[in-house]
Amino acid sequence: MKKNPFDQNVQTLPQKTRSTRRLQDRMTIVLFLLPAIVLFSIFLVYPIFQSVYYSLFSWKGFGPVVDFIGLNNFKRILTDWIFIKAVGNGLLIVVLSLTIQLPLSLALALMVGRNLRGRAFFRTIFFVPYVLSEVITGIMWLILYNPDSKRGFINALLTLIPGLKAQPWLGDTRTVLLAIFVVLTWKYFGFHMLLYMAGLQNIPPEIEEAALIDGVSKRQMITYITIPLIGSTIRTSVYLSVLGSLQVFALVWIMTKGGPVNASEVMSTYMYRFSFVRFQLGYGSAVAIVMLLISLVFSLAYLRLVRQADYLS
Amino acid sequence: MSVNYSYRSRTLKKNLPRLFQYFVLSLVVLIVIVPIVMIVFGALKTRGEFMTRPYTPPIPPNWENYAKVLSMPIFWSMLRNSLLIMLATTIGVVLICSLTAFVFSRMKFRGQNLLFNFFTLGLMFPITIAILPVYLIVRQIGLTNNLWGVILVQTSFQLSICIAILRSFFKSVPYELQDAAYIDGCNTFGFFWRILLPLSRPALGAVASITMVTSWNDLLVPLVLIDKEKLWNLPLGTMQFQGQYGMDLALIAAFVTLSAVPAVIFYLFAERQIISGLTAGALKG
Repeated sequence: MKKNPFDQNVQTLPQKTRSTRRLQDRMTIVLFLLPAIVLFSIFLVYPIFQSVYYSLFSWKGFGPVVDFIGLNNFKRILTDWIFIKAVGNGLLIVVLSLTIQLPLSLALALMVGRNLRGRAFFRTIFFVPYVLSEVITGIMWLILYNPDSKRGFINALLTLIPGLKAQPWLGDTRTVLLAIFVVLTWKYFGFHMLLYMAGLQNIPPEIEEAALIDGVSKRQMITYITIPLIGSTIRTSVYLSVLGSLQVFALVWIMTKGGPVNASEVMSTYMYRFSFVRFQLGYGSAVAIVMLLISLVFSLAYLRLVRQADYLS
Repeated sequence: MSVNYSYRSRTLKKNLPRLFQYFVLSLVVLIVIVPIVMIVFGALKTRGEFMTRPYTPPIPPNWENYAKVLSMPIFWSMLRNSLLIMLATTIGVVLICSLTAFVFSRMKFRGQNLLFNFFTLGLMFPITIAILPVYLIVRQIGLTNNLWGVILVQTSFQLSICIAILRSFFKSVPYELQDAAYIDGCNTFGFFWRILLPLSRPALGAVASITMVTSWNDLLVPLVLIDKEKLWNLPLGTMQFQGQYGMDLALIAAFVTLSAVPAVIFYLFAERQIISGLTAGALKG
């Protein structure tokens, strides 16, 4: 900075009346908000309303939208067992995430704690999978899961243990979802761990020191002091995890395309298939609306139950 | 937990939990790293080696796969497209979000809360869910098979989170500064441009970094909007490549590794920004 750039403006201030200042502020507000409002309206709000309209038609994506069928698309969605299966799979991923992935991340965050030597190193490593794209992750694990124990690393490890045989992890309807969940955990536990570590960082050390002086055990410390104190972080990570589970797409699409026999179908792959493979855009729109509603209901319920909108602050 | 406490006695009993901690953490490090190392090693083998002994160290290394990928013009065009999309999206997001966040943190007008809630809609409607509606509008505007279509969509769906992050950061800048600037004759835009933005560099860096990662890794938007091979970005191209050369695993491994390299390098340099962006987005303050 060479010179205080505001000096030359000093004299002009008294000449301004209140109303010009207010007008100027109003102009600023409008101009500053305009780009965001325009983008938002064109790419978020308008498309949603348009899809509500299209969802009432049977439409192949080209030509005029004339074949009005009312709520039939929705009826078809709710009676299609594949869609039900996709919702069930999504729920299963949510449940597994909340009961396995998040506690695991929390435990690791507590282990790394605040002043473990090598803390930064562990954080850096654990977060690498999050930075890799889902495409890369998917292809990597596709190779690792290869059913032939001579080619797939996981089966090779498994066959080292006597009595166990190589499994077609992604080719078996019973194991495929679990196999995908393992990859999801591999990719995303670092993110949740990061959140917890940041939450732990915010706990004033005096509180834990006071507790130590009062003679609490390590277990008591974690259950009665540490975890309640990072409650808002945990709620946020639960919210993000559920919303994230609704959005799983690339990994599943690359590894299984929802198969075998729809065993790993999730809502997003279902919608993608109908919209962009079969080009039933009316039906696809209806699926999109159902998904939007599920996401909206969940978000509103979360905000209602948790009251403080931790996420929006 | 605290340092003083563990110094008090250094018996084995006290150190055992710590050893256990390191053991578990090292195990997780292995689980994270082994798949990545596997693929990097795999790429250094010939196609035959990859089939016969896929998980031994590649000795001697065979650089042919990497050379082959690097000599493909399509790889470079994908890299260029990814870069273009990422840069344009990031510039757009940072610019638009700082303007919007400024208004929501520093100015008052009627309907402010309502409008802010409108902007947080994007958090509830992620792109994965909204992709078909978005595809239809982009097709109507005529921006399919155009990088601008991808850029505009990515920008729009990154707005909500970034506005929320920047708004809470802008709020933390003391109001006295604003008053002082006004007394010195600064107008609103002057305060924003000359004082607030330079002060907010860390937050802007965080927002830019998470936008870069999101844009760089995005598959869905290009997958839906782009057909033309020369407009593919890296994730889309990698996926197509895997479909096309499905049998030649060593070559795919090389392709995947090379397409991951920019992201990993970027991460190692911008780790702090990425992490602070993600935690700021998720946690209060």
